Amino acid sequence: MDVYISDILLNAPFEIVVLTALIVLVLESTRGTRPNISSWTSIGGLSLAAVAALTNLGASVETFGGMLQSGGFANYYGALFCISAVMTILFSRNYFERQNYHRGEAYILLLFATLGMMVIAASNDLIMIFLGIELMSICLYVLAGLFRHRDRSNEASLKYFLLGAFATGFLLYGIALIYGSTGTTNIASIRTAFPHVSHDLLFLTGSGLLLAGFAFKIAAVPFHMWAPDVYEGSPTPISGFMSTGAKAAAFAALIAVFSRVFGPSENAVHQIIALIAAASMIAGNVVALAQSNLKRLLAYSSIAHAGYMLVGLAAGTADGQIGVMYYLAVYALMNLGAFGIIGALETENDQNLQMDDYAGLSEREPVLAACMAVFLFGLAGFPPLAGFFGKYYVFLAAVKARLLWLAVIGVLASLMSAYYYLRIIVFMYFEKTKAESVPISVPMSVRWTVIFCAVLVLLFGLFPSVIVQTVLRVLF
Amino acid sequence: MLENYTPIFLMIGVAMAFGIVMSKVNEILGPKRRNSDKYSTYESGMEPLRSTRERFSIKYYMVAMLFIVFDIEIVFMYPWAVTYKHLGFSGFIVMASFIFVLLLGYYFVWKKGALEWD
Amino acid sequence: MTLESVMFYVLSSIGIASAVLVVTRRNPIISALWLIVNFFCLAGLYLTLHAQFIAVIQILVYAGAIMVLFVFVIMLLNFRDEHTLFERVTWKKNVAAGLGLAVMMEMIYIIMTAAYPSAHYFSRSGYIGTIENLGVQLFTKFLLPFEVTSLLLTAAIVGAILLAKKKMD
Repeated sequence: MDVYISDILLNAPFEIVVLTALIVLVLESTRGTRPNISSWTSIGGLSLAAVAALTNLGASVETFGGMLQSGGFANYYGALFCISAVMTILFSRNYFERQNYHRGEAYILLLFATLGMMVIAASNDLIMIFLGIELMSICLYVLAGLFRHRDRSNEASLKYFLLGAFATGFLLYGIALIYGSTGTTNIASIRTAFPHVSHDLLFLTGSGLLLAGFAFKIAAVPFHMWAPDVYEGSPTPISGFMSTGAKAAAFAALIAVFSRVFGPSENAVHQIIALIAAASMIAGNVVALAQSNLKRLLAYSSIAHAGYMLVGLAAGTADGQIGVMYYLAVYALMNLGAFGIIGALETENDQNLQMDDYAGLSEREPVLAACMAVFLFGLAGFPPLAGFFGKYYVFLAAVKARLLWLAVIGVLASLMSAYYYLRIIVFMYFEKTKAESVPISVPMSVRWTVIFCAVLVLLFGLFPSVIVQTVLRVLF
Repeated sequence: MLENYTPIFLMIGVAMAFGIVMSKVNEILGPKRRNSDKYSTYESGMEPLRSTRERFSIKYYMVAMLFIVFDIEIVFMYPWAVTYKHLGFSGFIVMASFIFVLLLGYYFVWKKGALEWD
Repeated sequence: MTLESVMFYVLSSIGIASAVLVVTRRNPIISALWLIVNFFCLAGLYLTLHAQFIAVIQILVYAGAIMVLFVFVIMLLNFRDEHTLFERVTWKKNVAAGLGLAVMMEMIYIIMTAAYPSAHYFSRSGYIGTIENLGVQLFTKFLLPFEVTSLLLTAAIVGAILLAKKKMD
């Protein structure tokens, strides 16, 4: 394979992230550096990569001998991952400091995880998808267990690792079977071969195993068991990153494999996705009703949101894909913001995470409480906010694809979810502050990041066409 | 095709048979005097004090882990060395960048003191 | 029967038997030793598929390096008494075992009945798995995966140090 200059230029966001990761690696090797330098270098590199990605939202081009699909689709996700990572770092700096464990090495892993996600989104080959998933997962396993002196963090890391490795096994076996039936791992070639193998048991089994592997990464029922424990035990900003970045990356892979290969045709795989979506929406929301720990609650809510997004994929149409991509972007903003606030209010030893700890937050921290309310209303899907349009697009796509039952379940499930989101708001605004609650100082950087997220959630809700137009340009 | 491997299989077979036969023959022909001292653990002539199963330090794990990572790096160098003439100068660049990235990893390991025993 | 099929049946039956023994032995060290047998059988199976280089690597990396790590971890955990390591069989586990068995039967059925419409994709040549062939493929068509591997390995190094280094300064 000849590597052309154009290949390298087209993939500028990747190279920027790789270089930043290597620079931070060297910075961290030299003794005596302060983690602040590493964090700001990472933020700088990731922002640059996000800008580079956003300046090229044109048509997709195959690069590196058909291994990558560079251009709009990859860059849309690339920008999403980089911005999520920047916010995660902004939240982490303060969070790690207050937990007395500020280590610059974490940023190396965060950068590599972001790179893995970008590789997944740009993959045009199952081998690249596998490598990207491994790069992302290995970094996240370690980040989950970053507080190695805490049992919960260790438990989260070990659980995530064991189950994740198992899911990767499924994924690899699926890739092997698909390779066995089509003779290629290139997604474009698999698409060409699809009419010949669409009823081949070997190929369908391979696709099923692949779906199981991805369903684990997005935490969809019945592959969701790890999510609550892992999100609860991991450092809070990292949980936010896992529930947005990692989920979006797996969705990018799902779209790349299933939408690109299977197309809008009616087949068994779409029915299975519809069933998984329904199960995730119901199970996630029902169990979330009973949670009082906010991190656990958001973990179950993230399972439910994986279900909503799968509705768009089950439709199998272009409308569904647009809906999913819009949903992923706004969900990332809402969830990162919510986890950011939870992390900012969390005190040492996992304290201040219960719902009643948020009683009277509107008096103590009016700005944060207002932002939290915006995120929660958005997650519940109330009309003027961005979350509403996300749900609207995916459910509409389902109705158009004659999956009315799925849309009905989705709407009922979101009604149910409103209960537990509103309950937090009730605690924040209508309950008295507990006597023993300790005042917490939240630094300006965290405040402004949260406000920025909240403003974007409002703006994208008022003008959803900003994102939808971008997605349309990227997809077609 | 597989017939080409006959000498190797033959050697594996002979080696295994040799090991098994030697130990079994020793067991059958050797003189046996059974008593309790014979069956106790031999510890340089000392009385064994406690279990031989000591808890290993995690330092061993670090060494083994780093060994595997660099072992895998070497694995990629075999096919590279064999095809080097075919690949030409671009092959050199390709491996140089691969090794450069791992070298930075090695620098990190070194500077973090993971290779020091204490 | 050709030599290939004889080799295949011998190696795969030893492989399955050793895999079962890995799971059922109580002493973790003995499990680890059976795992080595399993790795060797796999290496033999790779040979019958004309993947010579992979076969050698299987023995060098898996039976060699990875097993060392396995044994270190077993020593590190240092179970005082292996006999306490048994688990109680609950109904959940029975259900799980039943489901696992069902999936296995399904897979066997699918693999036995699959049409293999694409057997012509694969070359039967004995030279497909040689080190030269592999090298040319790896450094031309699969160059990008190769380079990404270096990043993956570096990330693994950083992760290992962050989790397992005894004293972080």
